[in-house]
Amino acid sequence: MGWINKQRNILDFALNSLLRRKGKNSALFVVYTGIIFLVSSIIFSSESIKRESQILLENSPEVVVQRTIAGRHDLIPEQYIGQLKSIRGVQEVKGRLWGYYFEPGVQANYTFVVPDEFLYGPGYIVIGNGVSKTFLAGKGDILPFKTLDGSYTSLEVADILSPDSEIVSSDLILLSEYDFRKVTGMQKGFYTDMILKVRNTRELQAITDKIRRILPDTRPITRNEIMRTYEAIFDWRSGILLAVISGAAFAFIIFAWDKATGLSSEEKKEIGILKGIGWETSDVLFMKTWEGLIISLSAFFLGVFFAYIHIYFASAFLFMPVLKGWSVLYPEFRLVPFLDMFQITTIFFLTVAPYTVATIIPSWRAATIDPDSVMRL
Amino acid sequence: MIIHPAVIALIAGSLMVSVMLLLSAFFGVSIFRSWDIRSGSELQLNLERKTYLISTLMMYVLWFQLASFFLFIFTADRLHELFVGAMCAAGTLNVNEYGYPALILKMVNFILAGLWLIVNYVDNRAYDYPLIKKKYALLLVITPFVFLEAAIQGLYFAGMKADLITSCCGSQFSSGEGTVASELASLPVIPLKIAFYSSIACTFMSGFIFLWKENSKGVLFSLASGITFLISIAAVISFFSLYLYELPTHHCPFCMLQREYRYLGYVFYLPLLCAAVTGSGVGVLASFRTIESLNDAVPVTQRKLIAVTLISYFLFSAVATYAMISSPLMLKGY
Repeated sequence: MGWINKQRNILDFALNSLLRRKGKNSALFVVYTGIIFLVSSIIFSSESIKRESQILLENSPEVVVQRTIAGRHDLIPEQYIGQLKSIRGVQEVKGRLWGYYFEPGVQANYTFVVPDEFLYGPGYIVIGNGVSKTFLAGKGDILPFKTLDGSYTSLEVADILSPDSEIVSSDLILLSEYDFRKVTGMQKGFYTDMILKVRNTRELQAITDKIRRILPDTRPITRNEIMRTYEAIFDWRSGILLAVISGAAFAFIIFAWDKATGLSSEEKKEIGILKGIGWETSDVLFMKTWEGLIISLSAFFLGVFFAYIHIYFASAFLFMPVLKGWSVLYPEFRLVPFLDMFQITTIFFLTVAPYTVATIIPSWRAATIDPDSVMRL
Repeated sequence: MIIHPAVIALIAGSLMVSVMLLLSAFFGVSIFRSWDIRSGSELQLNLERKTYLISTLMMYVLWFQLASFFLFIFTADRLHELFVGAMCAAGTLNVNEYGYPALILKMVNFILAGLWLIVNYVDNRAYDYPLIKKKYALLLVITPFVFLEAAIQGLYFAGMKADLITSCCGSQFSSGEGTVASELASLPVIPLKIAFYSSIACTFMSGFIFLWKENSKGVLFSLASGITFLISIAAVISFFSLYLYELPTHHCPFCMLQREYRYLGYVFYLPLLCAAVTGSGVGVLASFRTIESLNDAVPVTQRKLIAVTLISYFLFSAVATYAMISSPLMLKGY
């Protein structure tokens, strides 16, 4: 009990002494909070995007088969469907039609997709929210599209996709197979790629091996591979962002070091008096540790709190362009809040630990001040 | 090389710990060389001041080591998605040959830092710092270990290539493979259960004997506690994990640190690590009993350490036993 009471008194003293030097400590506190805010924003946003992409990819096909020629993606002929179906364990094979369309008027790329069943038939399109905004088009409007031969074809907007799915559907244009082939010039009998349904997902590895053997000009891509790649990309991007701001972090550490070293003569006198009235070196060290803890923990909670608001309520306006990749049609969406101990520990290690290390030696210097020499000042 | 925020944090953490130890070792050497308690010279005064710095640094090293131990397991668990066939931390650690050595070194360094602080604590109780040279010799032993850990951890992360095929924990900890882990997993359950509970009983008995009798040294207790630590780890992998996961084949020692298992792993490993430090501390202190100025301090500290060790083992075995009894899984066939 005695030990706890002693620590309580030292903590009390440390709090008071921090409050007495508001000016000096608040500058440090603001910068410290800023650094923690930056680091946690990066970590939160990349983690949430990863989560988001995982949720999206869960519904994507198990295997996508692309044809490649000279290492480039090429159209896949219809006959491959039969060959893929002949592989044991493959339940269903479908050809997909999709592609990009550049609209010079608004300087944006749209994604054309032919759904399995297009309810409206030729002459109609269903557009995403982003497309609707850039074209200023609503239901019933007619939009012109430039076909491969240079002529224009007009398609009527039958519906607009719900804004809830904006992260995936913002730049989407759904249309019929007939219109798709007309606009893009893709010949009949060819597809963009093919998707496979597999009865038993444990057989995936064996099935992709067989595809590569039967159709050597194709490249099967499994969903897990895509998920892994996304995971790695977002980890890498957030890692690079962290490396970029590590310069700022170093500047902060030097700043903290400097602040901790530059004791005013008043502070020195105070420590001298404390030691004169019986405080031991270890007590002064405890006081300095408490001071550091108070500053670190309040900056930490405040920084993490601000980062949380920045990412989940303000749509991460500071870094989203870097993390998401670039695109003209940014979908607007709110990230799903996701927070766990792992992120918190990582942030703590990246921010509080360096600060603590930087202040150990200055605190020790302060604690070992000779009372006699400072009180004479 | 995988650039993940947590990987950067771990590498930065190891670098900081290494720098702190390098600094301590640097001052330690000068203390080791020129310490003379009877002298009142400027140098001696400076050295005395430096002892405060070193003990503060070591305090932080201990905490960093503990945090980075769990962050390392956490990171390994999180990265498993990047590797085909890895299903949890066990698979990720097996991606290359540096994973498990890095983990074990983290644990060893935590225990060493704890031991150093115990020796330091006792030394400060005496008026003439009788252990000062031994203490700084120990520091010089710890320093290379910490550097080794930083290097091996660096090699581990540098050697990671996403998408390597690794065996997942299902195959690695299942019986029938010649690795240490699988040998631990295939230990016969009933003899191991007997060994576990009897070693716990031995530790408690020797602990109580020490607390009651005046003249015992504590070596026996330290030995019993060290053996209990090793048997406990074997027991976690061999059978406690099975009850926890309710699966007779899943021996993974890391999955239990996750949310799905209510973070129960922390209740297992924190007391175990604590007991390893305090239990071996009792043994280390036993050799200092003959020093005159430590006549009072050593037995008192040993008593405290024994109390902490016993509480830790009690906590561990109570939680583990409860997990075993309350589990619907029965291991009758084993």
